[in-house]
Amino acid sequence: MVHPVKNSSIENSLNLFHHMYRIRTVEEEISRRYSEGKMRCPVHLSTGQEAIPSTFALTITKDDFTVSTHRGHAHYLAKGGDLNAMIAEIYGKSTGCSKGKGGSMHLIDRNVNFMGTSAIVGNSIPVGVGLALSSKLKGTDQISCIFLGDGAIEEGVFYESVNFAVVRKLPVLFICENNLYSVYSNLSVRQPIGRSIAKMVEAMGIDMSFGNDNDILANQQLMKKAINNVRSGNGPHFLEFSTYRWREHCGHNFDNNIGYRSQDEFLEWQAKDPLMLLEKSLTKDGSDTTTKLSSIKEQIDSEVAAAFEFAETSPFPNQIEAYEGVYAAIEGVPK
Amino acid sequence: MSQMTYAEAINVALHEAMQLDSSVICYGLGVTDPKAVFGTTINLEKKFGPERVFDMPTSENAMTGVAIGAALNGIKSVMTHQRIDFFLLAMDQLVNGAAKWHYMFGSQNSVPITIRLIIGRGWGQGPTHSQNLQAWFSHIPGLKVVMPTTPEDAKGMLLSSIFDPNPVIFLEHRWLHSSIGEVPDGDIRVPLGKAKIVKSGKDITLVAMSYMSIEAIHAADYLEKQGISCEVIDLRTIKPLDWETLMESVSKTGHLLALDSGFSTGSVAGEIIARVSMEKFNALKLAPARLAMPDVPEPTSPALTKGFYVRAADVAEKVMDMLGKDTGQVRKDLTEPRPHDIPGKWFTGPF
Ligand SMILES: Cc1ncc(C[n+]2csc(CCOP(=O)(O)OP(=O)(O)O)c2C)c(N)n1
Ligand SMILES: [Mg+2]
Repeated sequence: MVHPVKNSSIENSLNLFHHMYRIRTVEEEISRRYSEGKMRCPVHLSTGQEAIPSTFALTITKDDFTVSTHRGHAHYLAKGGDLNAMIAEIYGKSTGCSKGKGGSMHLIDRNVNFMGTSAIVGNSIPVGVGLALSSKLKGTDQISCIFLGDGAIEEGVFYESVNFAVVRKLPVLFICENNLYSVYSNLSVRQPIGRSIAKMVEAMGIDMSFGNDNDILANQQLMKKAINNVRSGNGPHFLEFSTYRWREHCGHNFDNNIGYRSQDEFLEWQAKDPLMLLEKSLTKDGSDTTTKLSSIKEQIDSEVAAAFEFAETSPFPNQIEAYEGVYAAIEGVPK
Repeated sequence: MSQMTYAEAINVALHEAMQLDSSVICYGLGVTDPKAVFGTTINLEKKFGPERVFDMPTSENAMTGVAIGAALNGIKSVMTHQRIDFFLLAMDQLVNGAAKWHYMFGSQNSVPITIRLIIGRGWGQGPTHSQNLQAWFSHIPGLKVVMPTTPEDAKGMLLSSIFDPNPVIFLEHRWLHSSIGEVPDGDIRVPLGKAKIVKSGKDITLVAMSYMSIEAIHAADYLEKQGISCEVIDLRTIKPLDWETLMESVSKTGHLLALDSGFSTGSVAGEIIARVSMEKFNALKLAPARLAMPDVPEPTSPALTKGFYVRAADVAEKVMDMLGKDTGQVRKDLTEPRPHDIPGKWFTGPF
């Protein structure tokens, strides 16, 4: 659901709040129910990382293409992907967005040009570049957005993809969510200390900008500017945002106790949670805003509850379907 | 109908496809260079423009992903690599991406890409320029694997591959590029998944693919003079494989020799023998046999490749041995040509 941005800054903040709260609520509801064992696939949650997808949601258009990663729930939702179909997919139901064949790591909603997510780090990056090539070939103004993590920067395919996007001046927006970790490995053991990913990538001839997670309004401006730039034909753009995942890399628990990161680091990031900060600042705007916040929450809470109800009550696919769909059928060939 | 080489037939098919459908694009390293990938991409850029025909960075993996992404928005890419060995860098995009996209997203979109890969043997190509990895690709659900032998099939199957909604691995043997044959004009489609009986016979089934079909035909011609009637099946498509034609032939002949241009272990020939043995055990009068490349990388020196390749002589000898005939004369009749490591005297290298 993409909301039109109103001029009023309160309206804008409420819209941002809406998206952040919606992603948070979905992810936390998955966490809450995960141990029931009905969602039988790995989940990589974006709790703590809602701000960037929310600024994205308010700027991107339905026709633009988007691809993402194993941690893709937030991006799917921000692009306007169908919530019921996503939860049903995680439950392995026939009503799932990939009919139960994909799970949490293979999300798609063609109605909003959310073109897919991948369980292989770096795998969807060139696919996004290919989508950009297709819009250039077809002469449309659709841009292609590629979400990726700081770990994906370490894959060779990333450099191959940026290079091709630059050399062909393709309408690609790379959105790197730098949450400091690839699974349990801190950036410091993976990349030289002091490196700025955005600056390094800039050396390949691509425009870049960098934003800090806690300043959501500033990040929204970066997101807008980048999307406009790419759409106006100025070639690809690389956006890096610092952010932090709250829960374990894969699964529903907190894992600060296992020793790869400190509780202090976690608490520091939690203290600058954009969702909480935005809500605080909005409640200062008076009782009218507070009422609006409550009604947003109420509406989302019931939407999310309904989505889980939908997933729980949907039928499983038939066993036979496992053997179907390996090849696409040959239709009428152009003559 | 016109007479042309296999390489020309590929070129004609590309022109035909790009003419028929403006969503077909063609790219790969060297596609627009003066050599035009052994002449197969000649004049394409001139005719269809640099938007649709272009050279690419040496980025095999990403450029495969680019084909997938473009395919999701209706673009049919024909990607070309001058050696199959270079394409090994793209296994992630091929195996984790292209092959599974249709299945893992609930059949909502498909990935109509054609990947032309050149395989070969001989003339010092050595360990990393000569591999025949059809078995690898055929192991992956979701891929089609095509290996045409004749110029006509090269054209007709390339057209079918390009307009197939699935990812197709299209393998061209370097030793076939200069072979000449009659090729029908226009938009001819040779269906994928159908083998061709190139010679019918009653004593033994020889099944082969690509360049090995040529050696099989030479062997069959020789054997005919020795009174042995071979049925030669050119598989043409490795995946999906035409089991029906194969099983029918084995039921008739009761004997099977499977030929393969790839390494022996885990080869397509091995799969054929397994399936035939399981399903046609009663029809077999003798244990089936296989001739494939040894499980050794191909060496470079001509001294080391002497006797290294499976040739018509090996096939003939094997067949006569299986049928209890005296093989003493075979190698005298079918001597290894000199030099032994080129498809013909016209071939002067370097690749
Ligand atoms: C090619 C590949 N290597 C390793 C993995 C295992 N793996 C899954 S998620 C992940 C972390 C990637 O880190 P990042 O890109 O920063 O994304 P994040 O999980 O932090 O969102 C890894 C290494 C994988 N899925 N694919
Ligand atoms: Mg990370």
